[in-house]
Amino acid sequence: MKGLYLLIPLAPLIGALVAGLFCRVIPRWVAHTVTIAGVALAFILSCVVFKDVLAGNTFNGPVYQWLAVTTSAGDYRFEVGFLIDSLTATMMLVVTFVSLMVHIYTIGYMSEDPGYNRFFSYISLFTFSMLMLVMSNNFVQLFFGWEAVGLVSYLLIGFWYTRPSATFANLKAFLVNRVGDFGFLLGIGLVLAYFGSLDYAAVFIKAPELAKMQIPLFSGVSLMSAICILLFIGAMGKSAQVPLHVWLPDSMEGPTPISALIHAATMVTAGIFMVARMSPLFELSTTALSFVIVIGAITALFMGLLGIIQNDIKRVVAYSTLSQLGYMTVALGASAYSVAIFHLMTHAFFKALLFLAAGSVIIALHHDQDIRNMGGLRKYMPITWITSLIGSLALIGTPFFSGFYSKDMIIEAVAASNIPGSGFAYFAVLIGVFITAFYSFRMYFLVFHGKERFGAAHGHHDDHGGEHHGLAPGQKPHESPLVVTLPLVALAIPSLIIGFLTVEPMIGAHFGKAILVNPAHPAMAEVHEKFHGAAAMALHGLMSAPFWLAAFGVFLAWFFYLKRPEIPAALKKHFAGLYNLLDNKYYFDRFNETVLAGGARLLGKGLWRGGDVAVLDGIVVDGSARLVGWISRLVRRLQTGYLYTYAFTMIIGVFALLSLWLKRLG
Amino acid sequence: MTGTPLLSLAIWIPIVAGLIVLATGSDRNASSARMIALAGAILGFLITIPLYTGFDTHTSAMQFVEKTRWSESFNIYYHLGVDGMSVLFLLLNSFITIIVVLAGWKVVTEKIAQYNAAFLIMSGLMNGIFSALDGMLFYVFFEASLIPLYLIIGVWGGPRRVYAALKFFIYTLAGSLLFLVSLVYLYSQGGTFEIAQWHLLPLPLSAQTWIFFAFLAAFAVKVPMWPVHTWLPDAHVEAPTGGSIVLAAIALKLGAYGFLRFSLPIAPDAVHAWSGLIIALSLIAVVYIGFVALVQTDMKKLVAYSSISHMGFVTLGFFMLNAIGLEGAIVQMISHGFVSGAMFFCIGVMYDRVHSRDISDYGGVVNTMPKFAAFFMLFSMANAGLPATSGFVGEFMVILGAVKFNFWVAFAAALTLILGAAYTLWMYKRVIFGAVANKHVADLTDISAREFLILALLAAAVLFMGLYPLPFTEVMHSSVDNLLQHVATSKLP
Repeated sequence: MKGLYLLIPLAPLIGALVAGLFCRVIPRWVAHTVTIAGVALAFILSCVVFKDVLAGNTFNGPVYQWLAVTTSAGDYRFEVGFLIDSLTATMMLVVTFVSLMVHIYTIGYMSEDPGYNRFFSYISLFTFSMLMLVMSNNFVQLFFGWEAVGLVSYLLIGFWYTRPSATFANLKAFLVNRVGDFGFLLGIGLVLAYFGSLDYAAVFIKAPELAKMQIPLFSGVSLMSAICILLFIGAMGKSAQVPLHVWLPDSMEGPTPISALIHAATMVTAGIFMVARMSPLFELSTTALSFVIVIGAITALFMGLLGIIQNDIKRVVAYSTLSQLGYMTVALGASAYSVAIFHLMTHAFFKALLFLAAGSVIIALHHDQDIRNMGGLRKYMPITWITSLIGSLALIGTPFFSGFYSKDMIIEAVAASNIPGSGFAYFAVLIGVFITAFYSFRMYFLVFHGKERFGAAHGHHDDHGGEHHGLAPGQKPHESPLVVTLPLVALAIPSLIIGFLTVEPMIGAHFGKAILVNPAHPAMAEVHEKFHGAAAMALHGLMSAPFWLAAFGVFLAWFFYLKRPEIPAALKKHFAGLYNLLDNKYYFDRFNETVLAGGARLLGKGLWRGGDVAVLDGIVVDGSARLVGWISRLVRRLQTGYLYTYAFTMIIGVFALLSLWLKRLG
Repeated sequence: MTGTPLLSLAIWIPIVAGLIVLATGSDRNASSARMIALAGAILGFLITIPLYTGFDTHTSAMQFVEKTRWSESFNIYYHLGVDGMSVLFLLLNSFITIIVVLAGWKVVTEKIAQYNAAFLIMSGLMNGIFSALDGMLFYVFFEASLIPLYLIIGVWGGPRRVYAALKFFIYTLAGSLLFLVSLVYLYSQGGTFEIAQWHLLPLPLSAQTWIFFAFLAAFAVKVPMWPVHTWLPDAHVEAPTGGSIVLAAIALKLGAYGFLRFSLPIAPDAVHAWSGLIIALSLIAVVYIGFVALVQTDMKKLVAYSSISHMGFVTLGFFMLNAIGLEGAIVQMISHGFVSGAMFFCIGVMYDRVHSRDISDYGGVVNTMPKFAAFFMLFSMANAGLPATSGFVGEFMVILGAVKFNFWVAFAAALTLILGAAYTLWMYKRVIFGAVANKHVADLTDISAREFLILALLAAAVLFMGLYPLPFTEVMHSSVDNLLQHVATSKLP
């Protein structure tokens, strides 16, 4: 079985190496065949593993020893190894399935791109890295996967490297993530310092005895709180939680397939997965859980608001992703880890679908991404239309759709949570339902219904580089090829039914021992108690507040953007202050660029010019050189070469010596 | 292999090869000079391999020991040996020598024999430093190795080479003189120049303190530690590519190695008393220099400052006095040899074509040099400490050790995660990414087979060490453990 586990990440890695190292010599079909074969193999084997895990077989063991520090005082061993349980197996399925769909889709989407082979290499490398992350049984390998997915994300955001906006975005993404990793690494350091091991199993066993331990960092902060908050700061970077969310909207500079795979379905959920994996630690710190739930609620509510005013189709979906990640984080904070993973899974399907559908629209409109230039596309792109509708309905939580089950569970869990901050979080996720429905259907109506606005805006350039073209007047869009629509359909099916099918095991026994919940946090137990089957839940959902909030959101979107389009324009004028706040994304970017990045450059210049050049080199080094020069000039004066000077000096010397001697005697 | 004087061979093969190369004389025999130099370098590397394969990891005792009397009257011995902390540096040094000879193959067109000879002789002398067990022998190698490097910068360097070479020489020599005084003092106390005897020599705290600071003056300059680091950016900027590679990869390690071999075991009580100072200086190097690196406009200066910042991790790892930090520091030294060597080589590749080191003269290099851009990406990531590259392992271990030592020290040190990525990748973005910026970039040709070979060798080393660092640390456990026990024991009389 271990060989099989090993093959799952290695298959995509081999594909990535072949496509990457020989990207200049192999034809395109070799690149996509070898990478797709690798990912398909990983997917099939993940299914095998999943079935095996369902049968009750779990695995926890090393592959090889990476590093060791052995001393007479004690040993540290760091191993590369796998932990295969229900949580891992679920993640593996999601990752490999979405990745496979995105690989197939890419054949169509990137068909005209000169970097075709390189692109396949990157996305396969990503699949490898993500699998290493979720399959890890220790913190080191987790961190490896964590940084490796970050690297691939960096490479892919900057895939079109000649665009200044793309290379700005990828640097920003990497650095913001590094801020998160800074906390993450310190958290790992604390784990090693106090637990003496970085193996999950060893750490989790020892956790309860250290639960009450205080450390002298900040007064009143327990060891567990410090560890969990530091680890969560890592998750805030990767899963784009406020205030480390700023990189995700910009990451849309990358090609659309990776927005679906990396920046919606999988990589950004790594933080959610990590916290769920660390549930035995987080459950021991109410402070940390409270921190988590508040950050999640802020992200869910305020990022959703930004989605309302975006006009770039990918950015609307990106802000929606941020908001949904906030929902998952809220679930984590409410100790409803399994619900968070459940939402992670349903979201992976419907959000990948929405992104790929957006990509399909973008190709049809020749890379125009502005929804103001769309409209009426349902006639021309029926498959994209229907699948988008399914994705949107799933996203807003329509009963019986997959998103309904996971989102409703989150709302219920938050309602039942007793963590400080859960009251605010409940308010945020409830309002968030309305906002989600509003921005989703605003986009849906503007893209697929109403007047056809494309064709007129030829030559339109938005502010993100000159790569957006659009259709020429009279040109009509047409449906994308099969390699594009097939993944849409394949993702639409789980978006529709996966929630209904899996809600019962997901909140019930599926995760078993993989997730640990402290009995003092009753949210999950109450959710479970109220659950009477998937159908009953959906029927009950039709009468609950979230459903009516969502319905109202859809209605308002229809009224504003199809029926009376002058209303939003009037509102925009009337509430200019609020609009500016949202349009500038609460000024996070401006703050970061001027205060943090600008401050760092200023500090660097000051230290360099002031410290190194002026003081150290100018005063100390050259100063001491000048001092030596001055002394030597002084001494040189004595060696004039004139006899009388020497004679005079000698006489003075003799006189001085004599007087000293006489003084001694006297 | 027993009985073969491997260490002597590791020292003298490169030196003799260097003398032969020198004998080929004028530039008319350039190709034979290059071939002999390469053969000498490869042979010198091969001879160090049995040092690793035959190394006994279970003992902290010196291995492959050779001992012959050198000077009767002063009790000086030609005494060689390696332990787990030094053996890897012979391999690193000999490996880098091959890289350097290859790196200068086409690029250096004047005084070719002398150029190669200088590197080979220096390589032998540096092997001598890492294997000398006699204080005076160490000192002779330590000082002698300055001369070839001084010449390399002064003869084959850039326009301000004389200023840079002189600054380098005076800086390092000034420290060395205090070092010599300490050696003589220790000789007067112990009646021997044998370093191992000095480790056991009881010394009052005042004497230890004097010795500690005298050593510090010598080693801190070489590392270099803040605030005696300003010679390094100048030296790098003026040095030819090969000189920069050796300077960064090996020469900077000499000072750090000195701390391990001299300061820590000879003056342990002073080390305990003053470790806070060194840790503070190390953190300043990591953070302050990180910010300074951010705003550099000259690529070589940027990487030079980044070197200082990375070496801050080495001194930090040493003086926290825990095993994981100390081993991490040694790993960082080895890794930095590969990574900084590779970074300087990459800059050299661009400099050879465009004759500029200014970031603003580049932009969009990936369009014309895609293979080069891929390698440069790997090394930049290694410089930023990405896992699976060697750059991660040492930093990771030192940060783990620092959390154990004091959380806030770790907090400051871990800032390098952000700063290192910022200065390295920002440079990468401006140089490599973007549209073709100017005619020079448009005219670039991608790397040659020779350059590819060099980059591939370094890439293999960086990746191997990142994916499987175990073999590197395995050899040092016993010696590090022994050293730590030694430092923990007071030597006050």
